Amino acid sequence: MYRILSKETVGPAIREYIVEAPEVARAARPGQFLVIRLHEDGERIPLTIVDTDDATGGITVVVQEVGKTTLEMGDRFGVGDGILDVVGPLGEASEIERFGTVICVGGGVGIAPLFPIARALREAGNRVIGIIGARSQEHLFYEEPMRNACDELHVMTDDGSAGDRGFVSDKLREILESGLSVDRVWAIGPAIMMKVCAETTRPFGVKTIVSINSVMIDGTGMCGGCRVEVAGAAKFACVDGPEFDAHEVNFDLLMSRQALYCEDEACSLERYKMRNPVGEERDQ
Amino acid sequence: MIAREQTPMRQQDPAVRVGNFDEVPLGYSEDEAIAEAERCLQCPEAPCIAGCPVRIDIPRFIARVKERDIAAAVATIREANALPAVCGRVCPQETQCQGVCTLGKRFEPVAIGRLERFCADWEEQHEAVSPSVAPDSGHCVAVIGAGPAGLTAAGELRRRGHAVTVFELLHAAGGVLVYGIPEFRLPKAIVKREVDALRALGVEIKVNQVIGRTHTIRELLDGQFDAAFIGTGAGLPRFLGVPGEHLGGVYSANEFLTRTNLMRAYRFPETDTPIRVGERVVTVGGGNVAMDAARTALRLGARESTIVYRRSEAELPARAEEVEHAKEEGVQFRLLTQPIRFSGENGTIHEMECLRMELGEPDGSGRRRPIPLEGSEFTLRAETAIIAVGNGPHPLILRSTDGLDVDRRGNIVADAETGATNLPGVYAGGDIVTGAATVIEAMGAGKRAAEAIDRLLQA
Repeated sequence: MYRILSKETVGPAIREYIVEAPEVARAARPGQFLVIRLHEDGERIPLTIVDTDDATGGITVVVQEVGKTTLEMGDRFGVGDGILDVVGPLGEASEIERFGTVICVGGGVGIAPLFPIARALREAGNRVIGIIGARSQEHLFYEEPMRNACDELHVMTDDGSAGDRGFVSDKLREILESGLSVDRVWAIGPAIMMKVCAETTRPFGVKTIVSINSVMIDGTGMCGGCRVEVAGAAKFACVDGPEFDAHEVNFDLLMSRQALYCEDEACSLERYKMRNPVGEERDQ
Repeated sequence: MIAREQTPMRQQDPAVRVGNFDEVPLGYSEDEAIAEAERCLQCPEAPCIAGCPVRIDIPRFIARVKERDIAAAVATIREANALPAVCGRVCPQETQCQGVCTLGKRFEPVAIGRLERFCADWEEQHEAVSPSVAPDSGHCVAVIGAGPAGLTAAGELRRRGHAVTVFELLHAAGGVLVYGIPEFRLPKAIVKREVDALRALGVEIKVNQVIGRTHTIRELLDGQFDAAFIGTGAGLPRFLGVPGEHLGGVYSANEFLTRTNLMRAYRFPETDTPIRVGERVVTVGGGNVAMDAARTALRLGARESTIVYRRSEAELPARAEEVEHAKEEGVQFRLLTQPIRFSGENGTIHEMECLRMELGEPDGSGRRRPIPLEGSEFTLRAETAIIAVGNGPHPLILRSTDGLDVDRRGNIVADAETGATNLPGVYAGGDIVTGAATVIEAMGAGKRAAEAIDRLLQA
């Protein structure tokens, strides 16, 4: 059992947990992920590591409640409760070097895993420009940590309720078009956002890194469910990634593979909601 | 008068069993076991012992069965084999002990595997026969991977008095025995029983530990451990490398079986892991894993389950019993057939284009090489395809252990007798060394490495 040390609601159906797993915390580096399983009948889901604390042995993850497992975690797992299985750190760590000027683009819940990368890049001596975006101000989170991690931060919302109105890719294009010399871009968020960011940077020839969140089971190279096409070859997001060169990733295939279990996931979620009609915190 | 044929084993009716995940062969009764034990000639040469990768004293245990002293039979088996209930079910006996049985020269060989299973199951019903454990040696050994090689090595080392910690990356111990081999062939309760028996000996098993990520081998050896055994297996699934292979509905056999076995997707939505099985399922490959996948597909509701294999029936690498069971259950065989392309609609497979093959001269593996017949393309409809063409070495240890010698295929280079690698104190065995092979061969390697580690620590 891996105890939950802290649980905070950071946005609508978005929660931040700190889970006690000292061996994982000690070994984890930015860009890596965990696989967790809540209970005996649970599925294994990957969660990107947001932060670690060697003193408490805590690992921070941010979870968007989109399916049965994440909703159940929000409803039933509070501070002091135990998660049955936590394994990690998995995947290759981000390549952190002194590149020069780096733009870190985070969309939606992707802001969370971007944060430790931005912080590490700045600590490595880069000038870090952050661009974070969400549907509206209500959905925006981690603005303060990102502001502290970056040299400058741009906020975008679809409706203009916070920062500028528009998509993160709009701001990315604006900065690139301004003529600023950019040495590398990180983009983490929904697949469609990462795809658009990749297309935005491609004409400028700026190397762009994305973090692939495909469906996976073991997270260690055994199932192949997470396979993505990178430069025409099959790569496993779990052991070859999760980060890849955005200009080489086949995003259309990624999106179609991410949608494979939509019906089953909807069925599982409906069944859970029927059986748990009064998830007290559900409508927060 | 010796019976010419083996005492048959009762099994679930094929029409019934395709609707459940319960075990197919039902085991011998004591009288059936004794009738079979009486067929053993007790020949002095006992070629069966050399045919067994862990060298069980087969004539001796069979003699004890014949005398109805089953506890003594179990003890004899356990001297050599830490996982008898597993081996009695999944060993390819026809190419090992039974393949060289003296009786088999004229009649059917003694059903050694069935007798082993009988003894192991008797033990479960009666009394646990614990092997003795030597006094604590003061040495600690790390075992990486709780599959057949690792569990065997752990048991052997513990019996010799060493403290043993097994590091397993999944949430359950057993390796391929829990994620790969289906419930209907090897009930998970049996694996758990064998693992619990090791725990009772004092073996510590830590799950959710990814050596190469959570800790490295170097950290383990710099810490409390005096030696390490790597038994991380062949876990990286191979694909065919043909167009359309990443469409939805195309699974590696590892994924298909892991979802079903380890994650119990056959109980979805009571369990949370889904699996997609169409009306028509094709499984590419001819080994035990392919048979397991094709038979699993039927149990998950497929109307048609077809094995597609590029050679002929004679070359099928699966155990004869698995092929037989698959046929009984209605699995169809498209032999001398090679997939060349998957195509689909909306990102999901709906058909597989194939070529017919013929057999040419023997290749490096000694089997006749399949050669494509020009212009023989044809199409098979399928909503699910399972790729069961083998696995490569699990990559994480190899990537994280500097200086460890690996061969061209990425397998660890280890001494065939001792399992010693080029790194001092680091041993390896099982599929991570040999490439994908059998449970019992991995166990044999685990056992030999444990003996070598014991010699190292005693020195």
